[in-house]
Amino acid sequence: MQYIPNILFLIILALGIGYFTLNIKKLIRNIKLGKEVDASDNKGERWRNMARIALGQSKMVKRPIAGFLHIVVYVGFIIINIEVLEIIIDGLFGTHRIGLKVLPESVYGFLIGSFEILAVLVLVSVVVFWLRRNVIKLKRFLSSEMRGWPKNDGNIILYFEVVLMCLFLVMNATDTTFQNLGHGNIISQFIAPWFGDNPDTLHMIERTAWWLHIVGILIFLNYLYFSKHLHILLAFPNTYYGSVQPKGKFNNLEAVTNEVKLMMDPNADPFAAAPEGAEEEVPAKFGASDVMDLNQIQLLNAYTCTECGRCTSACPANLTGKKLSPRKIMMDTRDRLEEVGKNIDANGGEFKDDGKQLLGDYITNEELWACTTCNACVEECPVSINPLSIILDMRRYLVMEQSAAPMELNNMMTNIENNGAPWPYNQMDRLNWAKEE
Amino acid sequence: MSEELKVPTMAEYMAEGKQPEILFWVGSAGSYDDRAKKITKAFVKILHKAKVDFAVLGTEESNTGDVAKRAGNEFLFQMQAMMNIEVLNAYEVKRIVTCDPHSFNCIKNEYPSLGGNYDVVHHTQYIKELMSSGRLTLEGDTYKGKRITFHDPCYLGRANSEYDAPRDVLKKTNANLVEMKRHRSTALCCGAGGAQMFKEPEKGNMDINVLRTEDALETKPDIIATGCPYCNTMMTDGVKAKEKESEISVLDIAELIANS
Repeated sequence: MQYIPNILFLIILALGIGYFTLNIKKLIRNIKLGKEVDASDNKGERWRNMARIALGQSKMVKRPIAGFLHIVVYVGFIIINIEVLEIIIDGLFGTHRIGLKVLPESVYGFLIGSFEILAVLVLVSVVVFWLRRNVIKLKRFLSSEMRGWPKNDGNIILYFEVVLMCLFLVMNATDTTFQNLGHGNIISQFIAPWFGDNPDTLHMIERTAWWLHIVGILIFLNYLYFSKHLHILLAFPNTYYGSVQPKGKFNNLEAVTNEVKLMMDPNADPFAAAPEGAEEEVPAKFGASDVMDLNQIQLLNAYTCTECGRCTSACPANLTGKKLSPRKIMMDTRDRLEEVGKNIDANGGEFKDDGKQLLGDYITNEELWACTTCNACVEECPVSINPLSIILDMRRYLVMEQSAAPMELNNMMTNIENNGAPWPYNQMDRLNWAKEE
Repeated sequence: MSEELKVPTMAEYMAEGKQPEILFWVGSAGSYDDRAKKITKAFVKILHKAKVDFAVLGTEESNTGDVAKRAGNEFLFQMQAMMNIEVLNAYEVKRIVTCDPHSFNCIKNEYPSLGGNYDVVHHTQYIKELMSSGRLTLEGDTYKGKRITFHDPCYLGRANSEYDAPRDVLKKTNANLVEMKRHRSTALCCGAGGAQMFKEPEKGNMDINVLRTEDALETKPDIIATGCPYCNTMMTDGVKAKEKESEISVLDIAELIANS
């Protein structure tokens, strides 16, 4: 009988971690629906980027207020989670505050004391975050793509954090042995009197807070997959796989290179039989109309996006009232990818055509054509997401597969084809400027 | 400019069996657009003043394909790129200077994997180089005390992280350099990039170049300095839209330096 709590704990822990693992596997499967992309270069620089941008939060502080508050929550969250280690050991082995048995009292007190201070700082920051979203109404949290679930998601995360931090403080405040220690109860000593001095009541509250705290953490862990909050995990791989090239460098499509080389080769025989094995090859599709046409890094980008909207708030098209919002491009990509994933789950592991695609059903031509390719969104993203690369791949599909460019752009391209300039001027007049007054 | 400019071509150099120091890539705007041609000529004037041995491709130059690529036409881009690379490689070109950040970015970053490897320099970087090596000196005080604000071209700044060269050059004019609230990596696009130059904007509540011009006007400038022919057009139009063209001029850095 005395092992019932331990067994119960083990079951809850296994369920929590098990379901989370299941969803992470699904996430990896979904990302792998995208095209493979070689990112084996510049390992050193990639690790440095991860350390600087994800771990070091270097881009967050570009906007000082949000950046500072974010660092508080981030540091608090990571450090306070050391406490979870103790909770798991205690839960599994039926110990109580195992830390006290392995660490000197003063060290343990110092650790828990720091956690308590951090917990309060996190609480304050989370309240400010909530005010920014719900009372101050910052413009970037009010765009049309933020209505409904994305707005609720943002608030739910904040409520989770408030509850978890409060439970942590209550758990400490009602733990009489810990309070009697006189170390580390920097904050909780002021809360302790609220709960009276009946040892049985205190013990019951302490146990309830302890259980709710660990259960809450496990629920939060499992909430991640359904939330924009995945960035707390994916920011790390995403900054690793982020581009290490100059931002202006757009990839050259290899499939196109092969065809252009063939076209320009005077010795190529247009009637030659296809080389052996070529008949099985599906002709390459140029550009992207759906998530499967995007590459794996672009899909990882979509899962990593935490919908902060810094990209959109810097986008010249969005700032001047156009429909384009780089954040929406990322949210649409993730929504469509999830839809495809669910389709695969429902159809025994195979995707059944659902008559929908990313282009048209989620992202419109109007949004794609409004982009100036200025890279402001890429520069702004605190976790190295590149919305521009998705926009470009979708433009490529529109132009090369559908010939659906706006009329003026078709004229411009015809001019380049005919006379090597975007305007209808004669190639032979190219040096006339030198002779003009 | 009254005197006719001497602009040698690569073909002429080749005929004499010589190689110029640099190839000046004029670009489509610089060759055909009336406003951009003035920038081209100003830069040639600087090259002559600094006694730079340069040549252009002239009628052998063709559009880089940059704008086609950004519009999504990878085919057209690669066709243009490969044709240009054939010409450039045939002349054994090593170093290219251009006044157009779009050509600069495209040849520098996107030509190499198609077989075109050159040392590509933006004209503001090249002018800075000429100044620091002492080949180009400014005598006049044309711009002393004038308020100049520099508009970062996306394809020089964010795209290639070059923010200092244009500013270093401008400082040499003894002008009073003032920054817009959005500058360097946070600079706002002029609205021409990504093939927008060649189409009407999508429906919105404002034109991007007008918004950017408002950024510039906040600094109360005498001159808005640019480093890109497309930015120049957009900012010029923006200044006109704000009816400030009698007070504020929009000039490329090449023009500013050629006049001082």
